[in-house]
Amino acid sequence: MKGLIGPLYGCQADLGRINLSRVGLLKFLDRISSKPAIRYLTYSGSVVFFFALILIPPILGILLKWNQVGRIFEDLGLQSRALAAIYASFGIALFVSLIDVVAGLPLAWFIARGKSRWLNTLDTLVDIPFILPTVALGYSLLLFWSQQEGVSSFFGTSLVSPGWLLVILLHFVFSFPIIVRVMVGALLDYQIVYEEASRTLGAPPLTADRTVTLSILKPSLMSSFILAFARSLSETGATVMVAGIVENRAAFENGPIFIYLVGKNSAEAVFVSFALISVASLIFAVITILGPRLKLPTKKVWPVLERRLSSNSFAMSRNAVAIIVLFFIVLLPSLFVALPAIYAVTNGTFAQALSSAGIWQGYWQSLILSYFVGAGVTLINAFLGLPMAVLIARKRAGALPSTILDVLVNIPLIVPSIALGASMSFFWSNFGFIPEIALLVFAHIAITYPYFVRAMASAIERISMDLEEASRILGAKPFTLFRTIILPLTKYSLFAGALMVFTRSVDETGATLAVISTTSTLKTAPVLLVDWVKGTIKVTASEIGLGIGFLVILSFVVLLVLRIAVRGKERRY
Amino acid sequence: MPEVKVENLTKKFGKGKIVAVDNVSLQIKDKEYFALLGPSGCGKTTLLRLIAGLIHPDEGKIYIDGKLVNDVPPEDRGIGFVFQTYALFPHMDVWDNVTYGPRVRAWGTQQSNKIGREMLEMVRLYERSKAFPQELSGGMMQRVAVARALSAGAKLLLLDEPLGALDAKIRSELRYEIRRLVKDLELTAIHVTHDQGEAMAISDRIAVMRKGRILQVGTPQELYMNPQEIFVANFVGESNFLEGYIESISDESAVLELRGKLHVKVLDKNKSLGERVVLAVRPEAFDVEKGRKKVENAMSGRIERFRFEGTNIRYEVRLENEDLVVVTRPTLAGEWFDVSEKVTVSFPSDKSFVFTYPSKGLREELMTE
Repeated sequence: MKGLIGPLYGCQADLGRINLSRVGLLKFLDRISSKPAIRYLTYSGSVVFFFALILIPPILGILLKWNQVGRIFEDLGLQSRALAAIYASFGIALFVSLIDVVAGLPLAWFIARGKSRWLNTLDTLVDIPFILPTVALGYSLLLFWSQQEGVSSFFGTSLVSPGWLLVILLHFVFSFPIIVRVMVGALLDYQIVYEEASRTLGAPPLTADRTVTLSILKPSLMSSFILAFARSLSETGATVMVAGIVENRAAFENGPIFIYLVGKNSAEAVFVSFALISVASLIFAVITILGPRLKLPTKKVWPVLERRLSSNSFAMSRNAVAIIVLFFIVLLPSLFVALPAIYAVTNGTFAQALSSAGIWQGYWQSLILSYFVGAGVTLINAFLGLPMAVLIARKRAGALPSTILDVLVNIPLIVPSIALGASMSFFWSNFGFIPEIALLVFAHIAITYPYFVRAMASAIERISMDLEEASRILGAKPFTLFRTIILPLTKYSLFAGALMVFTRSVDETGATLAVISTTSTLKTAPVLLVDWVKGTIKVTASEIGLGIGFLVILSFVVLLVLRIAVRGKERRY
Repeated sequence: MPEVKVENLTKKFGKGKIVAVDNVSLQIKDKEYFALLGPSGCGKTTLLRLIAGLIHPDEGKIYIDGKLVNDVPPEDRGIGFVFQTYALFPHMDVWDNVTYGPRVRAWGTQQSNKIGREMLEMVRLYERSKAFPQELSGGMMQRVAVARALSAGAKLLLLDEPLGALDAKIRSELRYEIRRLVKDLELTAIHVTHDQGEAMAISDRIAVMRKGRILQVGTPQELYMNPQEIFVANFVGESNFLEGYIESISDESAVLELRGKLHVKVLDKNKSLGERVVLAVRPEAFDVEKGRKKVENAMSGRIERFRFEGTNIRYEVRLENEDLVVVTRPTLAGEWFDVSEKVTVSFPSDKSFVFTYPSKGLREELMTE
């Protein structure tokens, strides 16, 4: 019977079948999601993935090479060079993060509290160095400060030679937006009534900000400080560009540059990787444990001085300085690379690039590789990170294990990526059959893992348990609950997290340099650009500028597409 | 000694679209307990924040102690401010909260300690010095907030819905405590509230506000016994409103014709013959008797609803002209009436008010939002 009328209702029947199978799939997922065994398997699977692919390999890698570390103590010259690099890493990170706070707080205050509508634009401008790939920033700063094309042309000589000062400028540029972004958000969320109370009790504005507002916002200040610190500690690609490397010696050498120069498989690299990872973890642990107990000094007050510093004229000059720093130290040098890129369009380089002539063939391959790796890594991290995010946010594994997982997940954020990549490479190189591309993906998964999990965990935490309970009482099975309640309410964070993973992966240089052999054809776009800038082959400024320009424009396109895909903002429930 | 005067004060929000405070002039005397009363959104909190200097007026002048303070920042106005949410600093214990004022003014440790102890003993919380705000009950937090506000020696205390977040019982206890404190310390207090019972119970004078304007200023008795506006008659206490016309005027009184040719006598004679008016009678001004009675200002009707409220019984009476009036009678005085019982309600001529019919209609005039 059905067979007879089937062709008549072909269209409808088809639709019906699709519909039925969709419902069937949902029902199936609902059924299995209620099974404790499946739940257990999903959660434990994500934990096993995290340990097996992200946490254990670097630790084992260092342990496997441990017997070689002793060698570094025999060569005093190398030993002191390694130690100096480690000190330089932490010194620069600390110094830059402190400067970030000093320069970033006034700007954050100005943006969050000001009345002018131009502040919105200013707020967006602050994000530019955050969105640009760090290699773009590195080359742009190099051009601006050191080469003939930039401000140096006015002085006839290189204003800032590649070396420690340029590294500091670079690290300031890419870590400064972190402090401003986090603190503007914190200030906008902050209940201003505390500050008003302080004012009515006799405190001038600066005293109120210092003793009340800043103390209450201390957690935000600390986490943004840690983020800025970790970013400075970790950055490799752009730092290599501006460190002034000539014939395997750098004018300025920190940990990542040291590892980069001595070769990732050497004993010295193991030693420095180990030192960077363990000291960074130690610092993070100390701040996590002692941070909440740390009290900002609120008791001492200097009424006359603070009153004078609160005056209108002083506040205005403070804002002016903040804006000058933003424009002349951060924005102008970051965007300077646009000049050679634009020049490239007029001088024929652009046409060459499109025809894949010469160096451009390799460039396009690298770009495609970068985007494929980025997409793959994003998908893997989203699927395997989601159960982990639920585990952490809802403390499904019990209070203590969940907290421990929460801390462990952060580790890739705080350790230098080249050290993480190098120690992973020590481990995986023992398995000769694993192709290099897999190592590349593993390294990127490890570096980017925290971004998605953290974004989702905090989004899920914001959803009241009442909503989940209401949904369950109304009859939703765990999968339906997730699909109809959690997912729609965390949509924005889901995409934001995925986007962070993707851009970090495309931008990544440290870990990539560490897992890929120097002769490998697997060069991601930023690594290739580092090669170009280093001058191993002859490349003109407009070619580099254009190469960076394509990377930047493609990043913006991806950003834009995802923005359109997730319109509007997530609300708080 | 703190005396507060504001002249033609105006404050707009949202690019001038919302007029929160509209050309307000007001004088608050030294050592007076003054309440700003009105429904939410009437501009009373904005007015208080203008006086405190937390926001700046678009127009008008603010004087404290005869001194123009428009450009004086809040920290120099010599005020104490109690916030609706208390705004106790969460990162400081009770002691540090209360000594914050002396500390930021650098009065020296000895002086700060002396004040801290005095203030906390005054609100009976010295034993809880080491507690953090989140460990205290609502009432305790409120007392700490008052102690902190007074710690810097302010003689002018501004209170923004200071009891709003508390349970009914604690609220009525604390309001007398605050008043006693203000009177003992000879302070001037400005207290913002939407609760007319609270305002009447503690204030020397009240300003009733609506839509950014002050409708009437007076003692609680004046506002209750002699409201100048329909809104005041309804917001301070409660009133029944009946529409009608002035039918005749004599030397002593006037006669109103209500709906259904009902005639009542009132003492107000300032209206003109034939004018459309609104008669206001408070529920507690009515007398109720069984059956049809020939008394002054009698209106017969039927009990439509009966509500037992504890102290009072509240009847809704449907008059023969279809108007509905609310009548309250003390529970323990006189007889009770049943639903659908025929009754006569009446009110004394001198316990009613007559208002000109509002141009925008009665409903609009009574709206609280």
